[in-house]
Amino acid sequence: MEIEARGIAVRFGTTPLLEGVDLVMRAGEMVGLVGPNGSGKTTLLRILANLRAPEAGEVRYAGRTARAIGMRELARQIAYLAQGGSVHWPMRVENVVALGRLPHRRAFYGVDAADHDAIEAAMMAADVLSLRARTMSQVSGGERMRVLLARALAVDAPILLADEPIAALDPLHQLQAMELLRSIAHKGRGVMVVLHDLALATRYCDRLILLADGGVLDEGPPERVLTDAHLVRAYGVEVVRGERDGVPYLLPWKLSAP
Amino acid sequence: MTPASVADTWGQRLVPPYGLLIAGLSVLVVVLFVTSLVVGYAPLDVLKAVRDVVRGEKTLGALVFVELRMPRALLGCLVGFSLGLAGASLQGLMRNPLAEPGVIGISGAAAFGAVLVFYFGLAGALSLMLPLGGIAGAAAATFLLYALSGRGAGTISLILAGVAINSFAGALTSLALNLSPNPYAVTEIVFWLLGSLADRSLPYVWLVTPLMLLGWALLIASGPALDGLTLGEDTARSLGFDLNRLRLQLIAGTALAVGSAVAVTGAIGFVGLVVPHLLRPLVAHRPGRLLFVSGLGGAALTLAADIGVRIVPIRPELKLGVVTALIGAPFLFSLIYRLREEA
Repeated sequence: MEIEARGIAVRFGTTPLLEGVDLVMRAGEMVGLVGPNGSGKTTLLRILANLRAPEAGEVRYAGRTARAIGMRELARQIAYLAQGGSVHWPMRVENVVALGRLPHRRAFYGVDAADHDAIEAAMMAADVLSLRARTMSQVSGGERMRVLLARALAVDAPILLADEPIAALDPLHQLQAMELLRSIAHKGRGVMVVLHDLALATRYCDRLILLADGGVLDEGPPERVLTDAHLVRAYGVEVVRGERDGVPYLLPWKLSAP
Repeated sequence: MTPASVADTWGQRLVPPYGLLIAGLSVLVVVLFVTSLVVGYAPLDVLKAVRDVVRGEKTLGALVFVELRMPRALLGCLVGFSLGLAGASLQGLMRNPLAEPGVIGISGAAAFGAVLVFYFGLAGALSLMLPLGGIAGAAAATFLLYALSGRGAGTISLILAGVAINSFAGALTSLALNLSPNPYAVTEIVFWLLGSLADRSLPYVWLVTPLMLLGWALLIASGPALDGLTLGEDTARSLGFDLNRLRLQLIAGTALAVGSAVAVTGAIGFVGLVVPHLLRPLVAHRPGRLLFVSGLGGAALTLAADIGVRIVPIRPELKLGVVTALIGAPFLFSLIYRLREEA
């Protein structure tokens, strides 16, 4: 499935946040949504997930509007992983992951074989199988994010929109999660991730969308988007660059001169 | 092997199979129901009375059984189920274990709605008016509560909204008593407000049963959405749930169930607070599964308390609402204290 947003504008009252944002998200592609705090990444992701209506512009899913598709069907097409990840009741990990199957439920049917397989596969992929019997109050912040990632994977949707899925993870699980998301994308699904780690964004994303100054500052392959000039303008930082195994990386180093 | 994959035995708390839990609670409700039929002031040979009823003989025993014991036991089930279910539903919606029809003012407002019906003397004119008044009061309070405390309400805003609604409903009820034309009406209203299952006749049961069943259906159908809400509003919506519809559904369901319950029995508080809290660990904290289980638990607790007031040798008989409040209020203290420690 392809998501296409045209002329998206977001305003909070009279304060504009985004103006005239166009973007396309295709199957088979891992897209990173980057930009400084408050640049509208989460808001844009929520608009793509049909959780918020833009003040102007529209989003189409494979050419159709969300209304035409319907909430339930859209829920099977798009998995959304929220930022921060609140869990209000101390449910068991495996039951939380199983919530991802809710869009597939049928009245008076319990968990069927397809649900069961999807739940197990999702727990395996996010490395939370060993936590399955714990409650959500018995897992750490990083483990919680992995459980919630598993929950999103359990939807088994063609599109995954993830808001800072690796912010709380340790380096091992950051790499694991990014590898996982990229492999999901390269198996033919569309993945969009909000990221702050520019090194991982460069390394794993096929394409980056850089939000700054109320719109898309640039988009394209990471090395083309994260130029020194763009990084100074968007974040106000200078970076050091290097290369390892033929893959370029960058590291935020100091504040840019004002 | 990653550290996290070391097998661990955390969280292996005893969670009974869902079916077994339902069956166990159902048996408990049936046992208490039968006990409620057997326990009473007038000595009654229940088996003989049932035989008389079946044969259509209008003996004194049959009369006591049909006119007194049966409605009391049935209303205990219906009202208790409504209160337990509504408590669990509201807690799921607000994602807060303190949300309860009594604590947050819904019962009080329903009582005021019914008192208004008494006050204007409409109860005698049309018997349906009493539950309708209760339902209107409950619906108004639920709506107001939602407007005041907002979505994903925090404990503080929820309690404050509950205090505000409770005191407003209480003030209006006092006003109705103040302006009441004759002392007899005042006594009638005050005793009714205390909450009791005693001396309600079968027509009351027939009156509220369809309304409650409709309310229950609305509440129980919200189970999957309440499960989804565990992960917050955005995630619930991304799972395909229309939260505006869910809120309306729960407000309507609570108003129907609690409004009718309060209208026939007066305000019976704290059942909806205590029961979901006690049963939640047994369903591994899953809000959807808690619904039906809490209904059964509420029925059991209400029946048990109502049997209790008939057994304890205190006369005049303690009102059921007084007993549930005496048990429930200390429970609320401890719950708030524990939530404070967690915060």
